[in-house]
This record gives sequence, C-alpha cells and structure tokens, in this order.
Amino acid sequence: MNIPEELKYSKTHEWVKMLDETTCEIGITDFAQSELGDLVFINLPKVGDKVKAGDIFCDVESVKAVSDVISPVSGTVFAVNETLIDAPQKLNEDPFGAWIARMEGISSTDELMDAAEYKTFCAAEEA
Amino acid sequence: MKLIFECGSEGHQLSLMPVCDVPEVTLREERSQTLDLPHVSENDMMRHYTALSKRVHGVNDGFYPLGSCTMKYNPKINEDMASLSGFAAVHPLQPESTVQGCLEVLFKAEKYLCGITGMDAMTLQPAAGAQGEFTGMMLIKAYLHDRNEMHRTKIIIPDSAHGTNPASAAMAGFTVVNVRSGPDGGVDLESLKEAVGPDTAGLMLTNPNTVGIFDKNILEITRIVHEAGGLCYYDGANLNAVAGVVRPGDMGFDIVHLNLHKTFSTPHGGGGPGSGPVGCKEPLRCFLPGPVAVLEAGRYETVMPAKSIGRVKSFNGNFLVVVRALTYILTLGREGIPAASRQAVLNANYMMSLLKGTYDMPYSQFCMHEFVMSLDRLHRETGVSALDIAKGLLDNGMHPPTMYFPNIVHEALLVEPTETESKETIDHAADIFKKLYSIAGTNPEALHDAPLTTPVRRLDEVGAARNPVLRYSK
Amino acid sequence: MGTYNPSTEAERGQMLAAIGISSIDDLYASVPGSMMVHNLDLPEGMCELEVRAAVTGMAEKNKIFRTILRGAGSYRHFIPAAVRSITSREEFVTAYTPYQAEVSQGILQSIFEYQTMICMLTGMDVSNASVYDGASAAAEAVTMCRDPERVKAYISACSNPQVIQTVQTYCFGSDTELVIIPAKHGRTDKDALGKILGRDAACFYLQQPNYYGQMEDAAAIGEIVHAAGAKFIMGVNPITCAVMRTPFECGADIAVGEGQPLGLNMAFGGPYLGFMACVKSMMRRLPGRIAGQTVDAAGARGFVLTLTAREQHIRREKSSSNICSNQALCAFTAGVYMTSMGEKGMKQAALLCMSKAHYLAGRMQSELGWNLKYEGEFFHEFVTSCPCTEKVLMALEDQGILGGLPIEGGILWCVTEVVTKAELDRAIEIIREVC
Repeated sequence: MNIPEELKYSKTHEWVKMLDETTCEIGITDFAQSELGDLVFINLPKVGDKVKAGDIFCDVESVKAVSDVISPVSGTVFAVNETLIDAPQKLNEDPFGAWIARMEGISSTDELMDAAEYKTFCAAEEA
Repeated sequence: MKLIFECGSEGHQLSLMPVCDVPEVTLREERSQTLDLPHVSENDMMRHYTALSKRVHGVNDGFYPLGSCTMKYNPKINEDMASLSGFAAVHPLQPESTVQGCLEVLFKAEKYLCGITGMDAMTLQPAAGAQGEFTGMMLIKAYLHDRNEMHRTKIIIPDSAHGTNPASAAMAGFTVVNVRSGPDGGVDLESLKEAVGPDTAGLMLTNPNTVGIFDKNILEITRIVHEAGGLCYYDGANLNAVAGVVRPGDMGFDIVHLNLHKTFSTPHGGGGPGSGPVGCKEPLRCFLPGPVAVLEAGRYETVMPAKSIGRVKSFNGNFLVVVRALTYILTLGREGIPAASRQAVLNANYMMSLLKGTYDMPYSQFCMHEFVMSLDRLHRETGVSALDIAKGLLDNGMHPPTMYFPNIVHEALLVEPTETESKETIDHAADIFKKLYSIAGTNPEALHDAPLTTPVRRLDEVGAARNPVLRYSK
Repeated sequence: MGTYNPSTEAERGQMLAAIGISSIDDLYASVPGSMMVHNLDLPEGMCELEVRAAVTGMAEKNKIFRTILRGAGSYRHFIPAAVRSITSREEFVTAYTPYQAEVSQGILQSIFEYQTMICMLTGMDVSNASVYDGASAAAEAVTMCRDPERVKAYISACSNPQVIQTVQTYCFGSDTELVIIPAKHGRTDKDALGKILGRDAACFYLQQPNYYGQMEDAAAIGEIVHAAGAKFIMGVNPITCAVMRTPFECGADIAVGEGQPLGLNMAFGGPYLGFMACVKSMMRRLPGRIAGQTVDAAGARGFVLTLTAREQHIRREKSSSNICSNQALCAFTAGVYMTSMGEKGMKQAALLCMSKAHYLAGRMQSELGWNLKYEGEFFHEFVTSCPCTEKVLMALEDQGILGGLPIEGGILWCVTEVVTKAELDRAIEIIREVC
C-alpha cells in the first residue's frame, strides 16, 4: 500500500497535496482505488464549484457500482483533470499522479491526517 | 459470428414493396447522409437470425431460477390470443363502437386484477413495473397537491429495495429516506418509527420482501405510516408468493403496481415489453392516468378520471401484453391463481431444504416464493464468488439465479424456481448447485475461468465501459 | 381450472415431507389469519378450449377495417412475413434481459444491430436499447437536458397531443415548467420561438413531420434553439427518416420517436417502441440499457450491456431515469424490419406513403372542393376542412374504411404504402355521394 510521505489524507481516502498556502490538488488514494476495483468513468466536478469539507464533490464508476468522492477541504475548484475522462484507468494505475481537481481559497485542513496517521487508519480499517 | 452488416453484399435484397401506382412526390430537401442498412437476401437473413436464436437462453431452453423475476412458463395460448387480428390489427383511435372487444379486455383485466390485489380501481397504461412505480408516486404527489400537503416530501424505502423504488420516488420529486432491515429480513420497526414524521409522503414496500420473507409486522408497518399521514405503496414484483392468497389491499396498502411479465406469465422478450398496471383504493381513483374503460348501460366507453395526473405514455398501455395476462387469469381462475402461488412457495422451500445443508442461508426460517443464499463465507475460504458459481452453472446448462441482489446480503444468489417447475427439475438443479460447491472446495481455479462451454467466454466489461463501442461502423 | 403447475398431489407430499411440514399452510404462518383470502373475486378457471373461445369472442367484437386512412401516432404499414416468422421464435420471446452475457449473445448482438440501425436512420452517434414509446421517449429526452441553471422545457404546439400530455406528466414529477410554443399555419411559429426561448431554456422539442403532417423548418429551428443555449430534441417518424434531412443534419442533440411503424402491429396502442439516439457528448445521459462491443477471455468479439452505472440498479435515487424493463422484443422487431426492407425498401415505402397521400389530397381538392387547412409541404398526413365530418366518416365506416381523425377544424388524413390507388378512388366516390 503506497502512502507518499508529503501528502495529507482524509478519513474517506482522498489525498491532498498543498501547492501553496491556499491552493491544493486532490485525488483518491491507493487504498481507495484498490477497494473500488477497475474504474471506468469519473464524473468530474465543474470549475467554479464551491465545496465544503465533507461534501460529495464528484463520483467514480466501476462496472457495477458508483462511489462518491468526498471533498477533504473547503474551497473553490479552479481546475479539473480532463485527461481522466478518456483514461479513467489512470486512477487505478497511478492514483497519486492522477489528480482529480485543484482548489483555491481552501480551509478546514486541520482534520487531515499525515502519512503515518493515515497508515495506522488504513490498517485499522482492514482489520 | 458475423453482424448482419457483415453479411450479404450490395444488390442482395428482399422484394417487398410495389411500384408506385400514383404520380411520385418527393420531399424538396432530402437526406444526404447515406442509409447503410444491411444488404441481404431473405435466405441469408433467416440464417442470420436462426444463428442468433441459437445463442439465446430462454425459458423454453431450461430452468431459469432468477430471483425477483418470476421466470415462469409462458403459455402458448397467450401468444395465439395476442396475435389474433381482432386485436393486432385494431387502430387505437378507432371509434369506440368498433373496439368494444378491446375495451372489454381492459375492463375485465382491471376488474380481475383489482379482485386479486384488493384495490378499487386500476390503470393498465404503464408499460413496465418501473413506469408503474413512477405512476404510483405521481398518484401520491397529486393526492398531496390536492390536499395542500406539499410539505410532505419524503418517501420511506427499505435498504433492501430494488433500485427502481428510490429512482421512481426521485423522478416524482420526492426525497428518499432509507430504513434498515432487521436481522429477520423484515423492516426494522424502530428505524421506521424514527423515519416517519409530518414530512412523510409515503412508504414503498414489497411483501414478501426482497429476501423472500413475508414481513409478519406488515399491519403494524402500514399503520405507522398511515398514522403519520403518509400513504402506503406496494411493489408487486413479489406477488407470485401471495396472489389469490393474500391481498395487498388487506395488508394496508393504498396503491399497488403489478408486473404482468412476472406474476401473470407474459414473456420477457429479451428485456421487454412488460406491463405495469397500477391499482389504488377509492380516494385515489380520480387521479389515475386515463382514459380508463367503463361499462355504461351494456356498452364500454372510456373516461378520463376527474383529477387525472394525465398520461404516462401514449394510447392504452401495452395492450397485447394485457391480452396475454387476461388469457392467463381466465385459464387459472379463482382456484388456479392461489394454487399457483402456493406451489411457487412450496417449490422454493423444497429447493431451499435441498441446499441448506450445503449453502449458507442468511434467513433460516421458511421462505416464500424465493430464497437468498450467501456465498460470503465460501468466497473468503476458497476465493470462489457468487459470480464464479453463476458462471459454473452456465457450463451445466442452467441459467444462474439473480446475483448480488438484494444488496443487504453479501455475495448473494437469489433463487426463485416458480410453480411451473417439476420436482424432477428442482432435484436436478439442486444436484448441480451441490456439485459446484464441492468443486469450489477442491478446484476453485476451474470456476474462475467458467464458463468454458458457452458461445463466448467471460467478457471484458471494464474495457466495454472504458471505451464504449455502441454501434457498428464500417 | 387450467394450470401450468406440473406437480401431482403425490409429488407435493414428497416435497412437504422433505421440508418437514404437513401442509403448505405452514409456509404461510407469518401471514395474520385474518388476511388470508377466502372468496377470491374471479370467475372459475377454464381449460384451453374454453379460454380460446372466450378470448376469441372478445376479439371478434372489434371491427377490422379493410382500408385505414387514419394515423395520428399509430400507422398501418406492411409487415413482411419474414419479420413475423423471426420475431415469434420462442428463443427471442421467452428470453430474459441479457445480464448473463455468455448465454445471451443472440439478444445482445441483436440489440447492438438495432442500435446501429437507429443511428443510421437518424444520423446520430449513439442509440439506447429502447424505451416504452415515442411519448415517454420525448419525456426522457427532456430529462436528459436538465441543467441546474436551465429549469424550463419547451415544446411545439404542433406535437402529438399525447406526447405533450406525457411530457407534462413527467415535468410535473420533476417540477420542471413546460412552455408550449404556439403554432402558426400548422407549423411551429419560429418568430414566437425566437422571442420566447430564454436563457432558462433547457431544451426545445420539435416533431417532424409534425402532428398535422407538415414538414417543419427543422434546421432553422435548430439554429434558433442553439442560439438560446438550449438543446434541440427532434421527435421523428422513422419512415420519413429514410428520405428526409436527418435529425443529425438538422443539428439535433437528441432524436427520439415512435418506432411502431417499423414492423409492429397497431394493436390498439401497444406494445410500441420508443427509440432514443443522441450526439456523442450526451451519451452518458441516455436512459435505459445500452449494448456495447467487447472481447471475451479468448479474444473473440462479444457484446455486453454497458455504461450500466447510469442505471437505477446502481445509482438508485441518483439515477436520471428509473427505467428497467424496456421494449426489447419490439426493438428486435424493428431491427428485423429494417434489415428486411433495407435502404431500397425503406425509401420506396416512404415514397409510396408520400405520393399516395398527395394523390388523395389532390383528388379531395379537385373533386370534393375541400381545402387543405395548411399550405406547407407535407409527408403522408394532411388536414382538410370538411363541411360534414360525421356523415363522411360514417359513410366510409359502413364501407369498411376508417377515415381520417376528426380534429379541431377538420379531419387529419393519413395514407400509407398499403393503400392502393383503387382504394383511394373508392374512398373519394363514397364521400362524394354524401357530401
């Protein structure tokens, strides 16, 4: 289970990469993609969407299921990764490279875990 | 095998249309896109479809124990009656005096289905169960609208419900509130009491429920919802357990939908057409979609209910499907309808008793017309899933039961033999199930690759969804 | 009583013994005694011989017209013998939805072929496997265009009234306001459309040919609709599609229609066929089942139901449509019909329909002195004003002819390829005697 040190993590298995003080990149973790199975489509959020931490801000589809992706922070979406529309498999193959959205004006980052805390959290979930 | 577009060649055709016997008139602007329909002779066309028919598995081919689908025998007399030109060649907008027979079919079907369900009125317009559910939800909406109770926005649905239930509620503008199922598979009464309130519009429920169990608390459930001011809607998908034995109207339901292509023997046609009549108690009659057939002084007429929600589709519903169902009801009659249900319940319990020593049954009491098995433990112990067992069944000439439904049971297989199967068929099917279980224990790899003897092997569904190819192109 | 239950009393006894109970009543123990039905309100069952007589008796009370000159949403077209033969095959009739793809390649391939043919007919990129009928297809198309910022749906007054009513019902469900764009001289009022269509418009629905049989200026209307930022839905007659500028050529985002003319009996209104096709960008908004091509474990071509995450069994209350069962066998029939007819047959059928309708219209004008209510180009339906509607229709009915549909301001006539010149001449003669 890959858990890059420099990222932050949410309890719902999203990762956050701070780009600077008020902007970040968001994706789903290796744990998430492994649980979800082969992903076939992502319904990306829209640029301009304002979300609160804990809101559903997009969903991903496998052949037999749809899973909500929860926003780990509050903020406004200013970019989405359109390459995922034609290549959703990147979410499985390279979950930490396949960013979903970039957000600005972010807040509510206190709840996020660091890599060590997330590793412990995942171990507990698997048990 | 080839697609029809890959058969034949330019110049091959049937000779169907005559030359024009009046001066020719054409449109000023015609299409410039080509119309590349197949070029085949009648002989090659028949061969193509004959080959396709050999790659299909119907009720006529073998046991089809699909839970929640009621794949019972499709009587041939029904097909004969539906193809009578006296029904098939009738234009839906003919004067009423010239379609008295059609109106009689609608009137009688309504009457008999009301008798079976304990409802006071019925529409035969909805084309399928899901459209019936939407119609039922719209009846509730119209009723609330009429009484100025639009603050009632919530429909309560058990977590074990078929996906069409919440989808239909949402289509009618309601919000869905899920309630838990108890360990016995029935509605958890505490969860229900927490869910009802002044914003309750109604409840959607099927009984027996989706794990095949008759909820013994049904009267209490409908009472709780009525007391909160909501209406009770019955999903008739599982009626085959109780048709003629218990009436949803007596269980406390105000609205029901039926699936004629399940309980009433009309064929599934590869996915349709079905028919989803909706019945209701008297206070809701005025809201039904119309027109409906009535009998006035010995003549049949159609009328539009006074506060009708309007139409949910054109004309008179899937009329020929109703003809088939009426033929079936006339055949079975007063004694045959309950006898069929009782046999369906007996067959399911018999099959369950044959398998319960081998497969895990999450609900150990008697089932109704269907029962659910869980392969969760088998999966953890051997790696063989419900899907693998299902594919193994295909190699043994049997259509698998319903997989992964309802979603409150992990690795579920939902089995519904129906009443039209003999003891011999059930015994044989149980043997195959047991054989596969032991293969799972001794040689699980064999099942991961199944099926091996079908026209194609397991198909890449992930690739199909990631790169959709939804039509043929040269 | 009639029965399809094979079990004997002895076999039931064996099954009860195996379960360990003495009576089937024990299996209904959870049912409160007061709920058990004792007087089922049904007639006694019958054997097959009796049932045949009873149901045939009902069929014989209906009148079958030798000549039909009425359309308005249901049409008598020629159905080739091969279509009847193929579509009554038990394998296709009794099969279930092809969820177990390995044993259902026949069904899945036939759906794929049907989807392809609907795309060919309409010129669009993608088709689904069918919905209930043309009216509900129109309603589902309106739902496809829903957008949080565009909350109104628009529809032409020249659409079939039953389509408008159905769309109205679905809009009441989704709390969508439906605005009707008025007619002018039997066609959609383009000026009114331009003025009324606002920034809140999600879509505009146009029927082609319209309810009065008139050909609309679809491409120009499509431009007006797109200029307002809305989606353009066309509801089309599939026979006309073989010859007219296709919905794709007219800029439609979605093409829907009633597929009954494609090999289905009129059958007092059903089962019919709703076809739905759209441009690639709207593919994931299509409701219902869709078949897709793929490969199996050995690399062979095969077909599966795909894009299933759109549907109700996965998305539940978040799905855009609740549809589950569709009109599969009817779609199959349409595919077989289009294969039988081929391009030549479809174009010839369209030519015959249009030519014969114009012949009748011409003779009504020249010999009866009737006026065409609308002056525009028409396909195979037209409206005449008529001084004595009831007398005319009664006289025709007495002679086995179903005349046009009486509507406000006249009679809506229809002629299809099955009506001969002799029958049309006879109709004129009969009318001339009474009117």
